[in-house]
Amino acid sequence: MKPAFSVLFFTVTSGIGYGLLVWLLGYNMVGSQPIEMELSLVIIFIGLVFATLGLLSSTLHLANPKNAWRAFSRFRTSWLSREGVFALLFYPVILAYAGLLYFGSSSSVDYALQTGLALLAIAIAVATVYCTGMIYASLKPIRQWHHPLVTPIYLLLSAFSGLVLFVLILVIAGESAFVNSGLQLTLILGVVCALVKLAYFVSIGRPEGLSIETATGFSQAQVKLLDAGHNADTFLTKEFVFKVEARRLQRLRWLAGLMAFMVPILCIAIVSAGMVQTSAGILLLWLCAFLSLYVGLIVERWLFFAEARHVVRLYHGEKTS
Amino acid sequence: MKLGLVIDLDTCVGCHACATACKQWNTSGTIGPLSDQDAYGRDPNGSWLNRIRTFEVNEGGSGCSDAPLDLHAMATDTASKTVHMPMSCMQCENADCVTVCPTGASYKREEDGIVLIDQDKCMGCNLCAWACPYGARELDESQGVMKKCTLCVDRIYDEALPEAERQPACVLSCPTSSRVFGDFDDPNSKVSQLVVERAGQPLMPELGYAPTNQYLPPRAQAEVPQAAKKASATVAKLKQWANQIIAR
Repeated sequence: MKPAFSVLFFTVTSGIGYGLLVWLLGYNMVGSQPIEMELSLVIIFIGLVFATLGLLSSTLHLANPKNAWRAFSRFRTSWLSREGVFALLFYPVILAYAGLLYFGSSSSVDYALQTGLALLAIAIAVATVYCTGMIYASLKPIRQWHHPLVTPIYLLLSAFSGLVLFVLILVIAGESAFVNSGLQLTLILGVVCALVKLAYFVSIGRPEGLSIETATGFSQAQVKLLDAGHNADTFLTKEFVFKVEARRLQRLRWLAGLMAFMVPILCIAIVSAGMVQTSAGILLLWLCAFLSLYVGLIVERWLFFAEARHVVRLYHGEKTS
Repeated sequence: MKLGLVIDLDTCVGCHACATACKQWNTSGTIGPLSDQDAYGRDPNGSWLNRIRTFEVNEGGSGCSDAPLDLHAMATDTASKTVHMPMSCMQCENADCVTVCPTGASYKREEDGIVLIDQDKCMGCNLCAWACPYGARELDESQGVMKKCTLCVDRIYDEALPEAERQPACVLSCPTSSRVFGDFDDPNSKVSQLVVERAGQPLMPELGYAPTNQYLPPRAQAEVPQAAKKASATVAKLKQWANQIIAR
């Protein structure tokens, strides 16, 4: 599949935004001491900027964006429609939560309402990222996407990147209480993400599924394309027949693994081992972890597209899917 | 009703008449125009609702492996054949292109099973094209909306046309009558009978889309006995050497 930069940017950026907000809401709910109101509002603003930038960028790949408003109409069948509905629903809930933080009192009614809104916002944020994953995982013609690990990876990476940004903001704000308690969690989540992504890479490497023979119906024969019927590129070849050298893919996999997992995990491990004591040093390490993770995730998402081989390629001469 | 096409891979000669007739009819039909880009330039391309690909199918031996070609073996190999495979929308019963559509532009008609796109609702997100394993949907680059085979829905019900012409343009134009249009729900229709007689099969049934269109496999050809040609070892070696250095 041809990687569209707007979609790569969208899934990574809005994933971080939703992840960040889920951690904030969760921490405010179960943490020993909720984060101060002003800082909470700043984090909500940052999270919404990430989520909104991502969503706006997703409309850039539409060929006819004037009809984008119709995309909310098929909630019952379409994962893309569901994603749009949940993404839109998230705004009133999180804004109501922010409003309650700002205007609310410390009465038990307000507290209960706040908890309810937080739970609802968490559920909607998780549902939005889940829908993003399911848009890809529901496509049967692409076996690298129609894979049981695709949606968990979207959720895990959103959680990991959101958590790294969450801690980074707390480090900047000088809130050391959570930073210390969250180190272990960030490390564990990072390692789990790396292992699941590794399992995905191993699993899609196994040749299986359709071949040019089964796709043309001559499964007992040997089949080869003689003529595709056109001499210039078509919509199908431009969209689906995206070819990258195997060696380049291998290098990019290493790059993604290095930037999205190894560098951030190493940075966090250095902090958690207490090897850096100055606050500037800790800040630099977290910043390094986050920026590396961001670039790494863009590469990871690019690979997610570049390595996906749609079965229509079999009708354009490819031997296996 | 379950309308669709039967395509005879035995008699299709790959002339592309069906594709050009389709383009001609549908560019001025309900979903038209079907735009072209760089039509008179170096890389002419555009939206087509039907594409014909040509395959070499070898049921016997080594004729189409990736190994260096052995022309002598190919010349005597009767199991190798050229198959032209026209592909358009299969009007699937489980049409994922319809369920993934977020705007409701894609729909499948209950009365005859034809899958159509409402051009006024499509937002050009390409998701339906991703969900289609047959490459039946193409984005019209100048209009930004998806195009697909309509089974000439604006011909087949047109009572102003003589009855014999109420068929898709591709079917009418086929010089070898390799394309047959009809109702697969009716066991007495020509399409249903052809599928039974000739063991018609859908493409990629394992994906579970339950495509309506069926393909009739090439008939088994009677084997033509050929006298074994005796070549001396030196000549055979020379030939093999020549074949290896001359790319096909």
